[in-house]
Amino acid sequence: MRHLLSTADLAREDAIRILDIAEDMVAVGTREVKKLPALRGRTVVNLFFEDSTRTRISFEAAAKRLSADVINFSAKGSSVSKGESLKDTAQTLKAIGADGVVIRHGSSGAPARLAAAGWIDAPVVNAGDGTHEHPTQALLDAFTLRNHWSAVRGVASTGSDLAGMRVAIVGDILHSRVARSNLWLLRTLGAEVTMVAPPTLLPVGSGSWPCTISYDLDATLAGGIDAVMMLRIQGERQHASFFPSAREYSRRWGFDDARLAALDTQPGRETVILHPGPMNRGLEISSAAADSPRSTVLDQVSNGVAVRMAVLYLLLSADPQRPGAL
Amino acid sequence: MSTTTYLIRGAALAGGAATDLLLDGGTIVATGTAASTHAAAATAEVIDATGLIALPGMVDLHTHLREPGREDAETVETGTQAAARGGFTAVHAMANSTPVADTAGVVEQVHNLGQRSGWVDVRPVGAVTVGLAGTQLSELGAMADSRARVRVFSDDGMCVWDPVLMRRALEYVKAFDGVIAQHAQEPRLTEGAQMNEGEVSAVLGLAGWPAVAEESIIARDVLLAQHVGSRLHVCHVSTAGSVEIIRWAKSLGIDVTAEATPHHLLLTDELVRSYDPVYKVNPPLRREADVLALRAGLADGTIDVIGTDHAPHPSEAKDCEWAQAAMGMTGLETALSVVQHTMVDTGLIGWDDVARITSATPAVIGRLEDQGRPLAAGEPANLILVDPSARWTVRPEQMATKGRNSPFAGMELPGSVRATFFRGHPTVLDGALNTPLAYTGAAS
Ligand SMILES: [Zn+2]
Repeated sequence: MRHLLSTADLAREDAIRILDIAEDMVAVGTREVKKLPALRGRTVVNLFFEDSTRTRISFEAAAKRLSADVINFSAKGSSVSKGESLKDTAQTLKAIGADGVVIRHGSSGAPARLAAAGWIDAPVVNAGDGTHEHPTQALLDAFTLRNHWSAVRGVASTGSDLAGMRVAIVGDILHSRVARSNLWLLRTLGAEVTMVAPPTLLPVGSGSWPCTISYDLDATLAGGIDAVMMLRIQGERQHASFFPSAREYSRRWGFDDARLAALDTQPGRETVILHPGPMNRGLEISSAAADSPRSTVLDQVSNGVAVRMAVLYLLLSADPQRPGAL
Repeated sequence: MSTTTYLIRGAALAGGAATDLLLDGGTIVATGTAASTHAAAATAEVIDATGLIALPGMVDLHTHLREPGREDAETVETGTQAAARGGFTAVHAMANSTPVADTAGVVEQVHNLGQRSGWVDVRPVGAVTVGLAGTQLSELGAMADSRARVRVFSDDGMCVWDPVLMRRALEYVKAFDGVIAQHAQEPRLTEGAQMNEGEVSAVLGLAGWPAVAEESIIARDVLLAQHVGSRLHVCHVSTAGSVEIIRWAKSLGIDVTAEATPHHLLLTDELVRSYDPVYKVNPPLRREADVLALRAGLADGTIDVIGTDHAPHPSEAKDCEWAQAAMGMTGLETALSVVQHTMVDTGLIGWDDVARITSATPAVIGRLEDQGRPLAAGEPANLILVDPSARWTVRPEQMATKGRNSPFAGMELPGSVRATFFRGHPTVLDGALNTPLAYTGAAS
C-alpha cells in the first residue's frame, strides 16, 4: 500500500490490518501520554482545498500523536489560479520535504492525480475528493461497525470482518463520497449493503453496484438491518429538483422518531445508527435518533483519530511491520 | 503552382491495382502507362510508391486551429503542418477563436493565414450566432460572400440549442448552399458535465454527460431539417442512439450528414478511471457498445465522414485536476492510422471507403470543388501516399502540432503517411514535412 486513494482498490488484508492497528492506536489514546514516537522527524502536510475543520483536526491530531510535524495548508480562498494550483502546490510541498500529503479537494480524482502525475513522490492520503471517495471515513465507519458486530457475535474484534452484517446507507448517494467509499469497503469486509435514496439521488449506472437499491426506507428497515448509515443531505438540492421539499424528503427518507421507535419492535437486532457528520438535525436525522443509545456518532469521531493514525503509520513509518513493538 | 513534375510509380489506387501517376502544374496529367510515356515524364522527379496506397488528400470538416487568439495552443502554421503530416490537403477551421469567426473580417483573416502558410487549404467555418452566444444570427451571408467563401457554419463547442434559432439558421443558409454543423449537446442536461454518464461516472463521482443530451438534439434537428427542407451536418456523433436516429432520418430521405472522430472509434470511458485529463473531451468518450455502433454506422454509410475535432491545448490546460482541465484532444496526425486500425484492419471497410469518408464526402459537404476528387487524369493533384504495413508508436512530442494532448500517446498504430501532395506540391515527403506551397498572393 503506497497511497490511500480509494477503498475500491484496498485489499481485504490491508483493510483488516488498518483496523487492527487502529485498535492499538485506541489503546494509545487511553494512556496518560497519548503520543508515540513512530513518525518523529517526518512531515505530514494537510492540504485542504476545501473547508473541513472536522476532518483536518482529526488528521492533525492523528499525525501529532505519532510525533510527526504537521503543516496545514489551506488553499481555499487563496489566489491559486485554477489548473496550475495543484501542480504548483505539489511541487512546493516536494521542495520543502513533505513526507506525506493528506489532501481534501473539491474535484473528484484530485488525490489520484496528485499520486500519479509525478509532481511529488510522497504517499498521498485522500481525505475526501469531490463526489468520489472518502476512504478514511469509510475505515472509521468500518472500525465502529466492527466493534459493534464483534460484540454482538461475542467474538474478538481483532482480525475479524463484517461478514453477514446488513448495512443500509441512506440519503444523497449521488453526491456522496462517503457512500461510495463505504460501499466498496463494506463489501470487501463481507457486509451486505442496501442503498436507500430517492431515485433522483442515485447515480445512473449504480444498478451494477454490488448492493441492493431501495427507494423505501421503511421496507428496508422492516427487512432487518444491523446498521443504518444516514448521509448528510443538503437542503439546496431541492432547488435543483432532486426532491420537492425538505419536509417531503424528511418524511420519506429521514431517520425520524417513528422509525427509531420501530427499531425497538425488532427483537434480536441491536441496530446502530451512524452519521458521518455534520448532521442536519430534523432533516435527515431527528434529534432523538442522533442522541439515542443506538447512535454511534461520537464513537465515530474518536475512532476517526485512531484510524487515521493507523493509516499514516502504515504509509509513513519506516518499519510498519511491528506495531506491537511501539 | 508547383514548378516540379512528379512521376509516382507503382501506387495502389485506393487499395486497388498499382499504377503510375504523373503530376504537373497542380494537376494529375496522366495515369497508368500514359503517365510513364508522357513527354513530361522524362524530366519528372520519380517517386517510388511500391507498396504504398494512393488516396485523395484528406479533408477535415472539424479542426480547431486556435488562431486568432490562442496562438499558445496552435497557429494556422503549426496546425496546417500537422494536417499535412496527417495526410490532409484541406481543413475546416472551427469558429471558436478569439475573436469568434462570426464576421467576414475574421474568416478572411483565417483564410488568408491559411493561404500564406501553404500547407493545406484552410476553409474557415463561420459561427452561426454572434459570439457563439446562441441568441442572434451572425452575418452568415457576408461570410458566404467573403473571399473565404464560407459554406459550413457552426457554433461548435456550443450547441445551437434554441429551436427557433436553429430553424432559422437551417433555412437561411439555403440562400448560399450552406450547411449548419451542429454540436449536439442539450445544455441543461449537461451542466457541469465531466464525462459520459454511466457505470464509470457512477464510480468515479464525476458529473455525467448523458447520451440523451446528444440524441435529443439530433432528433430535434433532423426533424427541423426535414420540416424546412435544409441540409444538416451533425458533428462528432458519439452514441449508439445517435447512430440509430441518423439511420432513421436517412431512411426518410432527410438531408443529414454525420461525422465521427477517430478517438470515438477507438477509446472508451474506461480510460477515465485514471483521471488523466488527456482523456477529457466533448462529447466524452463513451462505452464499448457506442464505439462498435459508430464503427458499424461508418461501415454502412449512416455516418458519412471522419472529422478529427483536432483540439490542441497548452500543457497547463491538461496538467491539472480532471475538473479543471480543458476538453479536447489532438487528432490530425493520428487520424488515418486510427481509421486504418479500427475500420480497415478490422475488415469493416476497404481503402476505397477510406477515400470516401476522409476525402470525397467531406469535400462535398464543405462544397470544396477541387478537393476529394478521384485520382484520374485532369483532376487536381491533391493526394497522399500511405504505407499500410508500417507500424509506429505515437509520440506527441514529435508531432507538428503544438498540442501534446494526444490520447493515443504510447500506442502502436498501423499506417504511415509517406507523402502529401497539395496541388501537385509535396508538403510531406518520406514521412516528414517538406515545404509549403509557395504563396502567390492570388485568392483561391
Ligand atoms: Zn464540438
